[in-house]
Amino acid sequence: MRKLRVVIAKPGLDGHDRGAKVIARALRDAGMEVIYTGLRQTPEMIAAAALQEDADVIGLSILSGAHNYIAPRLMALLKQKGLNDVLVVIGGIIPNVDIPKLKEIGVKGVFLPGTPMQEIVDFINTNARARTEA
Amino acid sequence: MKTIAETEKQRWERETLEPVLKKSPERAQTFTTISGRPIDRLYTAEDLDGIDFTRDVAQPGDYPYTRGIHPTGYRGKLWTMRQFAGFGTPEETNERYKTLLKAGGTGLSVAFDLPTLMGRDPDHELSLGEVGKCGVNVTSLADMETLFDGIALGEITTSMTINSPAAMIFAMYLVVAEKQRANWKTLSGTIQNDILKEFIAQKEYIFPPRPSMRIITDIFGFCSKQVPKWNTISVSGYHIREAGATAAQELAFTLRDGVEYVQWGVDAGLDVDEFVPRISFFFNAHSDFFEEIAKYRAARHIWARVMRDRFKAKSDRSWKLRFHSQTAGVSLTAQQPYNNVVRTALQALSAVLGGTNSLHTNSLDEALALPTAEAATLALRTQQIIAHESGVTNLVDPLGGSYFVEKLTKDLEDDAAAYFDQIDRMGGMVEAIERGFPQREIAESAYRFQQAVERRDKVIVGVNDFVQEDEPPIEILYIDESAADTQLARLERLRKTRDSGAVTRSLDRLRAAARTTDNLMPPILDAVRAYATVGEMCDALREVWGEYEETPVI
Repeated sequence: MRKLRVVIAKPGLDGHDRGAKVIARALRDAGMEVIYTGLRQTPEMIAAAALQEDADVIGLSILSGAHNYIAPRLMALLKQKGLNDVLVVIGGIIPNVDIPKLKEIGVKGVFLPGTPMQEIVDFINTNARARTEA
Repeated sequence: MKTIAETEKQRWERETLEPVLKKSPERAQTFTTISGRPIDRLYTAEDLDGIDFTRDVAQPGDYPYTRGIHPTGYRGKLWTMRQFAGFGTPEETNERYKTLLKAGGTGLSVAFDLPTLMGRDPDHELSLGEVGKCGVNVTSLADMETLFDGIALGEITTSMTINSPAAMIFAMYLVVAEKQRANWKTLSGTIQNDILKEFIAQKEYIFPPRPSMRIITDIFGFCSKQVPKWNTISVSGYHIREAGATAAQELAFTLRDGVEYVQWGVDAGLDVDEFVPRISFFFNAHSDFFEEIAKYRAARHIWARVMRDRFKAKSDRSWKLRFHSQTAGVSLTAQQPYNNVVRTALQALSAVLGGTNSLHTNSLDEALALPTAEAATLALRTQQIIAHESGVTNLVDPLGGSYFVEKLTKDLEDDAAAYFDQIDRMGGMVEAIERGFPQREIAESAYRFQQAVERRDKVIVGVNDFVQEDEPPIEILYIDESAADTQLARLERLRKTRDSGAVTRSLDRLRAAARTTDNLMPPILDAVRAYATVGEMCDALREVWGEYEETPVI
């Protein structure tokens, strides 16, 4: 069984990368292969990175409120590229009313401030395995 | 052989403490601050070895100002209660400012949205979804006129949190003041204008470090002649701490950033005592009560020493460190949000006991969204209760002389001195940043803290202990896309109605000036008067200087 490959991306103009970096390290310590894109990624850049890196998982860190624009755009691009089976999760400041909308377009996990790192590791291990075994 | 006499503390440990420890051990092996600093059980006069009170602490208003810069503390004047606010369109934010001023706020503090902070117009690809979300959108002078409509700039002080495009936004403020017939010479307020902490922590940079530093020294030079009462920079530890730094790292990196700005000013030919008095600081008010108080006291002491001894400043106005503080956003929890009111009150109290000159208290709902008007008012009330009901403002530096606080102040100073040496050896802060040194130190601390939380070595009430299931949701401020639509339409109209020849000519002059060493403020003011946008002015400079891109490290 190969290691899970995770692209951690920071879309939009925001530069607050503490969360993205802490999660990237936690996933790496949990045995995953982590690719951190760095800042200011457009949905196009993230989809391209996922394709190129053969990612099993995309983790987006969004604190600025731009998730309603970024997530739908990314999901459409993934579909276009045939990456429907990549697990997409979002962490950050997401108002409760937006969570059902994100789930509807295919974002599987939304993690709010205070989520234990172990919970995110477990979620990814449970939900992304199918792809590596396929 | 000579026997060394037992100290009083050793006697106490042997006679009084040990029997008790045998019967009932303490709750933990070691006790540490939120920064991981080990704390002893008890501090006594023995811990003050190496501290000379006259030399290192002195009295308030006396060098080196450890106890405060004013001899009367808050008995003379309370701190400025300055609540950071901004969202959506300039009209919406203007209304919020009027509410805050009516509620007794004593200064304004502008939060800009990400497109403005990053020098992008609302119609840029990267601005999509971001307009008006984290602050107010200001694209051109027209927006600034609306933002301060009905607010007399000559009568209030305004703080503007703007960094990479600070010169452009400040120029807009100056032109609005000019149109209101307010005198630049008496205008007072602050621009954050601190690019080093952007490279270190918040990452809202545009241009590479060196041209970015040049704009800042241009602002120093311009203001010392034209806007002498303006605080030209707010050297910020706030964001460094929010990114995960310890208290000692916040203290060290912030003050070393301050040193870097002074050095660049001196190298540009400015007189220390002419521009240093307009440098102010901005610290985080985090949760570890005493460590924070010690941090503010240490900051004043270090700055006074460095300005007098390293830069040979002669004016006591250059020696005195003035600072704003803001309670720790990162400590707020989305869970049981009302607990945040208590956290904020304690953090604010530490800033006050540390002698803050102005203060922002966060709202209880800020782990969820930008604050509602009700939450923002409660945050202001928190400050008013500390100021008027708690009694802590009756005297200056109430904790001065505390064995613990004095020792902790000294320890933090020593930690900062060690970082100063390390950064000096690298050649300065710009070089340290280019090597990724402070960035790595902070990321390391952030990860260490997160691991402590996971292990429950550090308890966060409502998050990893005392958890409550099925919490009722609270009402939050929801910002939709209407601000973006308004600002896009407005920009389109502006581009059709302004004198586009004048805009092009002013941007050409700006580009040309960027290639020389001329002060950039005059051409920026001209471009602002012609209604050039923030994006256009920043693009002109991007063409000359390029954009900075960091190598991401995890």
